[in-house]
Amino acid sequence: MPTEYEPVIGLEVHCELKTATKLFCGCRTTFGNEANTQVCPVCLGLPGTLPVLNEKAVEYAVKIGLALNCTIAQYAKMDRKNYYYPDLPKAYQISQYDKPLNYGGYLEVPLKEGIKRIGVTRAHLEEDAGKLVHAGGKAGRLDSSDYSLADYNRGGIPLVEIVSEPDIRSADEAYAYLTELKNILLYIDVSDCNMEEGSLRCDANVSIRPKGTEKFGTRTEIKNMNSFKFAKQAIEYEIKRQAALLDKGERVVQESRLWDVTENKTKTMRSKEEAHDYRYFPEPDLVPIILSGDYVRKIKDQLPELPGAKRARFASKYGLTAYDAGVLTADQELAHWFEEGAKHTKSPKGLANWIMGDMAAKMKEQEKELKDLEFDQKKLGELVDLMEAGTINSKQAKEVFAEMFDAGVSPAEVVKSRGLAQVSDPKAIEGAVDKVLSENPNVVADYKGGKQGVIGFLVGKVMQASRGKANPKLVNEILKKKLDA
Amino acid sequence: MKNEVLSKTIHEVSADLKAKKVSSVELTKAALDHLEEIEPKVQSFITITRDEALKRAAEADQRLASGKDVTPLTGVPLAIKDLLCTKGIRTTCASRMLETFVPPYNATVVEKLYEAGAVSVGKTNMDEFAMGSSTESSFYKKTRNPWNLNCVPGGSSGGSAACVSSDQAFGSLGSDTGGSIRQPAALCGIVGLKPTYGRVSRYGLIAFASSLDQVGPFAKDVEDCGLLLGAIAGQDPKDSTSADLPVPDYAAEMKKGVKGLRVGIPKEFFPAGLNQEVADAVKKAIVELEKQGAKVEEVSLPASPYGLAAYYVLAPSEASSNLARYDGVRYGLRVPGENIVEMYSKTRAAGFGPEVKRRIMLGTYALSSGYYDAYYLKALKVRRLIKQDYDKAFGKVDVIATPTAPNPAFRFGEKTGDPLSMYLEDVFTVSINITGLPGLSVPCGMSESGLPIGLQLIGKAFDEATLLRTAYAYEQATEWHKQKPALKES
Amino acid sequence: MALSEKDVQYVAKLARLEVTDPEVAKYTQQLANILEYVEQLNKLDTTQVEPLTHPLDVKNVFRPDEPKPSLTQAEVLSNGPEVQSGHFKVPKIM
Ligand SMILES: [Zn+2]
Repeated sequence: MPTEYEPVIGLEVHCELKTATKLFCGCRTTFGNEANTQVCPVCLGLPGTLPVLNEKAVEYAVKIGLALNCTIAQYAKMDRKNYYYPDLPKAYQISQYDKPLNYGGYLEVPLKEGIKRIGVTRAHLEEDAGKLVHAGGKAGRLDSSDYSLADYNRGGIPLVEIVSEPDIRSADEAYAYLTELKNILLYIDVSDCNMEEGSLRCDANVSIRPKGTEKFGTRTEIKNMNSFKFAKQAIEYEIKRQAALLDKGERVVQESRLWDVTENKTKTMRSKEEAHDYRYFPEPDLVPIILSGDYVRKIKDQLPELPGAKRARFASKYGLTAYDAGVLTADQELAHWFEEGAKHTKSPKGLANWIMGDMAAKMKEQEKELKDLEFDQKKLGELVDLMEAGTINSKQAKEVFAEMFDAGVSPAEVVKSRGLAQVSDPKAIEGAVDKVLSENPNVVADYKGGKQGVIGFLVGKVMQASRGKANPKLVNEILKKKLDA
Repeated sequence: MKNEVLSKTIHEVSADLKAKKVSSVELTKAALDHLEEIEPKVQSFITITRDEALKRAAEADQRLASGKDVTPLTGVPLAIKDLLCTKGIRTTCASRMLETFVPPYNATVVEKLYEAGAVSVGKTNMDEFAMGSSTESSFYKKTRNPWNLNCVPGGSSGGSAACVSSDQAFGSLGSDTGGSIRQPAALCGIVGLKPTYGRVSRYGLIAFASSLDQVGPFAKDVEDCGLLLGAIAGQDPKDSTSADLPVPDYAAEMKKGVKGLRVGIPKEFFPAGLNQEVADAVKKAIVELEKQGAKVEEVSLPASPYGLAAYYVLAPSEASSNLARYDGVRYGLRVPGENIVEMYSKTRAAGFGPEVKRRIMLGTYALSSGYYDAYYLKALKVRRLIKQDYDKAFGKVDVIATPTAPNPAFRFGEKTGDPLSMYLEDVFTVSINITGLPGLSVPCGMSESGLPIGLQLIGKAFDEATLLRTAYAYEQATEWHKQKPALKES
Repeated sequence: MALSEKDVQYVAKLARLEVTDPEVAKYTQQLANILEYVEQLNKLDTTQVEPLTHPLDVKNVFRPDEPKPSLTQAEVLSNGPEVQSGHFKVPKIM
């Protein structure tokens, strides 16, 4: 019987803040400019220069802390983390060591089996490093290039590093945690979370242990994954790799690994030649950060409703399923769009179905965003209500929707101009039903003889006779009443 | 022949400039001629900026002619320690590492001097990265003490002290991390002031130990010292550790006399075995202050003798981090290597001299895993104890008087073989850096062999005015500051 | 805490300083002397004492999030020992 293992995963997410300027100097943070054009004496680490802390970065970091239910430190300070690497101009990174701005929080992550609370150890402020291009040899590959080129445009951009507790138990949970975290960061508007541009990056600490045991196994760190999909794949791979090692009676080596997207496997990063000894000490060029309760309260008051709360509210207020509430709140703009729409319909649930169904499909197909839509919430609400009231049936509604989507016309007008209104007058329908019953005595006999399924045939005939305008629900009801009488 | 005007003080020559008795260009030319003539003997400068100086002098003359924005420094030739960044003028820190480094920006203090209309004649020699007490660790040259060319000028700001003492410049800027202004000022017979930590911007001061470094002036007399301090002091938005406090009118403050002033004498600064000539001179100076109405009383600073030990943990620790950036990538020396680590290690081995390497290794060790608590953290705690001692003493007195250095200038090579003996030069000065307090050295005597002795005055935080006042009163009653060195060997 | 040559070699490596064997021997001796002197700090009881990192009692010094001009690329690279197409060039990292 093979051992069953339980993965233990902790995530470290680096999030670039969307301040106008860098953490310690007035250089801009714009992405994609020519190399070494957003650099000044301070962020180039020239001798004699000094850092001065960007107040907006502190505010954003506190915002993140509050959104992640952290305690905001009464006394925080910056520290130096010393190591040599050519992307690090001062040969130390200004970061936070033992007195981070935010600590002891948690994130509530929606999973299939319900909400899971994952601890957030800390969320601290630090500066980003520059960028290296590995050139010559097999260009682009660190391990086989002849030389590297350094660009310090990114150096000094503010980062918040969000460290989770090792509470995550599967790659799927990791994926859900990352998705929820990103959503929160977007909601509170502190980062553009653009993974291609590197403004959100993730490292994962992964270990496994026999199920039911307490002691952590040896962990590996998977570095610098720049997409959630890769993070999930890498963690899945790493769990299997470690399990295979243990099953063979081998040991997991504590090391840093990289996800190789071409080979779909994690690979060992050739270990740096000595163990890390970062020699952290308090940054003497910066003074302590001591935030008042008032300051923190003000920021707290400015926080928007966060995804978790919004999901719960959507479910209870609008009668949505957890899944639907999740889809609608996954994007703050969409959630807002829905909520505006809900004011214009008697059936928010129906509205949600339209948004997630036909509307989402068409938007995807035509690569449209909410702001590009030809129609507004009021019109979609109108369509929902027309259908709910039985004025049009679902087939007609689809046609009306298509026209509204393409031309922005009002559903009520489409119904009118196309003469689509559904016949829901029982008297008119009774007439048609009587006619169909009298024309199909054999079928009626079959029904009475116990073949109740033939009612569908009769409904079809009535619908045909009404050229599709009859309310199918009513047709069904009346047919049944007459046949069973 | 030396032009007599060069012997004047800043406040004297400033009056001449305003009265159009002399122009700044004439004055600057005279200063540069004298500077170059005696430079082979004194060797105060790493870089002499003749063209730049004459350009600024001409601008100063226009300013003087217009009568607008004229300050006491307008048109006055000064010198700048070669660890203050000067835009377009190489700044070496007396290190091979920065032999070719040309900053694209000015230090805030340099900017302030320029704004005041001052003229800089050049960048002065120093101990490499300000690490030393004799200026012997400079990669470039050995500055000699104008009072005896066979002796050191003190350090690390040896060039800035020697050039003022020998009239190569009317005043200069230095930096003080453990005594690097006060000790050379004492050894060269001039006035030197280390302001309170935070009084003067550190932006553009190439860091040695960031929580201890402070820029300050060297001057021929106390009045000049106050003028220079007034010009460079004040909060700087580029330095988070500069204090948001008004800068007093030092010239007015210093002339108020010392009647009723309480002067503390800490017995810990007069240990058995202290050089007798130094002890005598300092005690005499204290008597003079008493004569002028100051009240002298003994104070105790029991933790201060541990200052040197704490300093030699804290300063190297910060330095090991501050000097990590010299890695051959963005500026300065590069020695090629097969890979990045080899390039780093060869560059740093070739770029730094032995004293700098020693301190980098010491600091790296003190911060490294397993030793941090025993060394760095312990030193920070002792730092607080020392600070508490001073706080307590300053509850009773307004100013504390001590010797600046344990002995007059020593000979070249006398202490270079034993780093610790060199470190002991700082024994009376380091605790002032550790606590961030202001300290001033004023000439107070001459040794038998004709070498100057300095009196150190220590003040409350941001109370430089009282230091200047005390020093001024003493100076006005004595003649030490009027003596001029002979530039002779003996 | 006696300082060994191995410690000095470790520290030199950490500080990226190439050292020769005779240098290691010399530095070990000199640093050991200094550390021995520093040991006197242990004579002071600091169990109840908070560390003092800043001589000044200042907090919360911030800068507004307002852009300031950067250097030009030429200025940035002007002191570079080796530059190539707008970048600082460094030898291979692995
Ligand atoms: Zn910058």
